[in-house]
Amino acid sequence: MSKSNLVLVPTNKAKSGQIDKLNRWGYIFLIPFMLVFIVFQLIPLVNTLWNSLFENYMSGLKKVGPNFIGLGNYIKLFQEGDLAKYFGNTIIMWILGFIPQITISLLLSAWFTNPMLRLKCQRFFKTVIYLPNLIMASAFAMLFFTMFDTTGPVNGLFIKMGIFKEPYAFLLHVGSTRGLVAFMNCLMWFGNTTILLMAGMMGIPVDLFEAADVDGATPGQVFWKITLPLLRPIFIYVLITSLIGGLQMFDVPQILTNGSGDPMRTSMTLIMFLNKHLFSKNYGMAGALSVLLLIVTGVLSFIVFRMTAQDEVKKNRR
Amino acid sequence: MAVNNTMASEKSASNTLRVRRTVAYVVLGIISFFCLIWFYMLFINATRSNAELGQGFTVIPSTHLGENLKNLFHGTIPVGNGMINSLLIASLTALLSTYFSTMTAYSIQVYNYKGKNAIFTFILAIMMIPTQVTALGFINLVRKMNLEDNFIPLIVPSIAAPITFFYLKQYMASNLPLSLIEAARIDGEGELGIFNKIALPLMKPAIAVQAIFTFVSSWNNYFTPSLILHEDKKKTLPILIAQLRSADWLKFDMGQVYAMIAFSIFPVILVYLFLSKYIVGGVTAGGVKE
Repeated sequence: MSKSNLVLVPTNKAKSGQIDKLNRWGYIFLIPFMLVFIVFQLIPLVNTLWNSLFENYMSGLKKVGPNFIGLGNYIKLFQEGDLAKYFGNTIIMWILGFIPQITISLLLSAWFTNPMLRLKCQRFFKTVIYLPNLIMASAFAMLFFTMFDTTGPVNGLFIKMGIFKEPYAFLLHVGSTRGLVAFMNCLMWFGNTTILLMAGMMGIPVDLFEAADVDGATPGQVFWKITLPLLRPIFIYVLITSLIGGLQMFDVPQILTNGSGDPMRTSMTLIMFLNKHLFSKNYGMAGALSVLLLIVTGVLSFIVFRMTAQDEVKKNRR
Repeated sequence: MAVNNTMASEKSASNTLRVRRTVAYVVLGIISFFCLIWFYMLFINATRSNAELGQGFTVIPSTHLGENLKNLFHGTIPVGNGMINSLLIASLTALLSTYFSTMTAYSIQVYNYKGKNAIFTFILAIMMIPTQVTALGFINLVRKMNLEDNFIPLIVPSIAAPITFFYLKQYMASNLPLSLIEAARIDGEGELGIFNKIALPLMKPAIAVQAIFTFVSSWNNYFTPSLILHEDKKKTLPILIAQLRSADWLKFDMGQVYAMIAFSIFPVILVYLFLSKYIVGGVTAGGVKE
């Protein structure tokens, strides 16, 4: 902090002018971000908002609209009742995946960063657990679709082992379909979460752990009383980004159920719903749904922003 | 007495440590198994013919991998093109996104100007907003710009990547000494030169991590490309996989189906085995230092 002040505090007028000139580069370096943001995010956002106020859809081959109908699309969206159902589906599948994900990640990151445990082959394990995150979600879903098919190898193995008497149709049952989606999400993201949490844990000064050890703290106490509280910012970051990611859930259930969200649309997520509207050129409804999603994610981001990111801004002030 | 007590407690401490270590290894072993088994099964099945696949799973690979791949490439799905398209889009996205995110982070970290904190606050506030919520406006824009079936709308928007920016900004705060920049200024180096020659190399570990993250998310991306790319030759691998899923897949040669999945998964695994040093080492070397 003090060092940076030395660099930028002007000592006389001539130098001050020079520093202003230097600081102009701050604006120049911002241009690419701002330009791209305005063109590819802000303009589409305004356009989406605008479209949500118009009746605009395809009725067979005939195009209806665009006619201005105010909040008509929003009212229709709520009245149809599907929205609540798809929101529920999305949240249920997210929670089913997130609970094991965060549990495993906390455990593994605590183990990996524990100086007492000195686990061997750490590099190998980290490489392995991060691997599923690299896998193309749609290919992974396709793989699970073939693996868990009634004629697939999983059913075959379970029958051979005597666990199943006859093939179980995983994708015809609500619980197993949602379970598969949650399992895949957990598998794909726990390695990523572990690495993020580890980065946070490595930031905790080692002498705190050593002091706790000298005082005779148990590993459990160390974890709950030192690691977790100090990990709070990064933990919240992980939680909210995962929730926002969960609301965006699309690829896995889309490919697994071929976009149908079956059985009985119980695995249809919000973004699958949006995708459906977009593909059938149902722009009014797509717009309204997008705006609702924007509001929900906006509120969530605001929470995480108030809890963690705001401190970053304060830290940056000098 | 006191000495004896310490010795005894040290012994029991080393015993509990041994138990904890064993538990850790067992759990890690089980988790690793669940991470890898799918890819092992995929590999086995990709080497077997349709007839063999009908007879249930075996542990040892068969001999039909080449045949399956040959059939795949001579089939109706343009996998070769898909691979090239996916690679091109993901690489350029990773490159542009990390370079310009570092630049944005550098602007906020190194300079002092009016509105800086407002802009920083703004970027952090919009950080979490998913691209899907603006997809409708995005399609309309791309259509107006006449960029449908073009890779530009899939690559260029990644220049404004708030999450990448945030990570790099945090890393920069603890790993970029401002005195180095000042020294370079005294040596007469220009600001862009300082950024490219001093800041970028110092940020390498963090950039490598973010480049991998960005590459992966672009490579995985199915939602946006499927809205933009319609021509068969322009499609990326995820769209082709979806196409495979929506086809009446039972009519397919299952050997080919597995070969196609293997083809989209294994090259990434191979590349990852070489790059894993950067992601694992990069995060552990830098990370979020306070």
